[in-house]
Amino acid sequence: MNFTLKIWRQKDAKSEGCFKKYTVSDINSDTTFLEMLDILNNSLILEGKEEPVAFSHDCREGICGMCGLFINGRAHGPDTGITTCQLTMRNFKTGDTIIVEPWRAKPFPVIKDLIVDRNSFDKILQAGGYISVNTGSAQDANSHLISQKDAEEAFDASACIGCGACVATCKNSSAMLFVAAKISHLARLPQGKIEAVERAKKMVAKMDELGFGGCSNTGACSVECPKNISLTHIAKLNREFLKAKF
Amino acid sequence: MSNIFSSSIGRKLIMSISGLFLISFICVHLSVNLLLIFDDSGELFNLAAHFMDSNPIVKIVEPLLAIGFAVHIIYATIITIQNKKTRPQKYSVQNNKATSSWSSRNMYILGTLIVLFLAVHLSDYFYKIKFGIMPTITIDGTIMNDAYLVVSKSFINHFWYSLLYIASGLFLGLHLTHGFWSAFQTIGWSNTLWLKKLKTIALVYAIIIATGFSIIPLYFLIFM
Repeated sequence: MNFTLKIWRQKDAKSEGCFKKYTVSDINSDTTFLEMLDILNNSLILEGKEEPVAFSHDCREGICGMCGLFINGRAHGPDTGITTCQLTMRNFKTGDTIIVEPWRAKPFPVIKDLIVDRNSFDKILQAGGYISVNTGSAQDANSHLISQKDAEEAFDASACIGCGACVATCKNSSAMLFVAAKISHLARLPQGKIEAVERAKKMVAKMDELGFGGCSNTGACSVECPKNISLTHIAKLNREFLKAKF
Repeated sequence: MSNIFSSSIGRKLIMSISGLFLISFICVHLSVNLLLIFDDSGELFNLAAHFMDSNPIVKIVEPLLAIGFAVHIIYATIITIQNKKTRPQKYSVQNNKATSSWSSRNMYILGTLIVLFLAVHLSDYFYKIKFGIMPTITIDGTIMNDAYLVVSKSFINHFWYSLLYIASGLFLGLHLTHGFWSAFQTIGWSNTLWLKKLKTIALVYAIIIATGFSIIPLYFLIFM
């Protein structure tokens, strides 16, 4: 398969960026998007004319949350329920022009090319996305009775890998799905309930302070979430926040 | 409760509560309006309009309604302005269609169209009934405004006016397809089971409202 790539190139956080055109050819349809970028980078290095395209990646199996590209107007590309590293080139047609951009949001400034600074997510977590109690060992966990429903929903929420696709795709750059996943996950479990009030207040306050937008319930975040985190967790976050405030 | 209404969720709470209040008002308004097409003598509509005009409870609700509208509009504006600031550099391509409905992304535009309609609507009927000179009619010995005559005349004689009302009914319907369930979601009254149910109820309610308001001018245009 052959592709024309329009990739956002930006030297550093302070520089102005622009799109640059590249072509890649003889790409196998089973190649992942990041492998295709590796192939492009190899040829750029061999040519020696310009620096390879910088992009974030780590595990390349959809669990670390490092990769994240805005591909043809979609977070993590045209497929759903996957991260960019899990996106294969069979989702495109040979001859396609593919536009690759970094996440765009005020709290996610571009550091270089396609890499953004997602420290703001860490700051939200530091504000309250944790439990302070010792959860004990296996037998202690077994002594805490948790309903199947709560366990399942907490587990679904805990699947969030913090990739930032929710923010990237939201028309308001809202981090509500990310914050909701953390709050919903912890508030459903006995150890997390203890700090639920403070957690909801602090995490929402930090989210607002960092410049993320509000939630319009468009549902785009949930559609693009590689872990399919449901919008109902945002309802849970709203409940937790309002309970904490009233 | 400190700073709740300056938080993003608090502001949305105001939007949802004022929105639900306006949703319930719309339901009452449509019920009265539908009397326009169920009784061609206009007696039922005039009686209902007179009841609404003279009922003490309505007198109390009226200013609350004005406040409800004002709060909903003002907060929508504040929220929209703040949300616009969150992405200084736009995407060169964004395929929104694949991820969300048009109505959900354009609630402020739909709301603005409804407000523009509201301005025309209030100046034509509400202002006339409250402060203008209205034709009167006597029903069961009571002299009352002949609101039916004013409304029916304006629909029959002015094609564009009817069209405005039909279009506005549709805009309101689109606004409600998202606004209705979104209000419950913001309050936190939603879960895996209810999210789908709320979306269905919202769609049904929106269709009833849009159809209900639009068929009234259509009825006068076609049958009268």
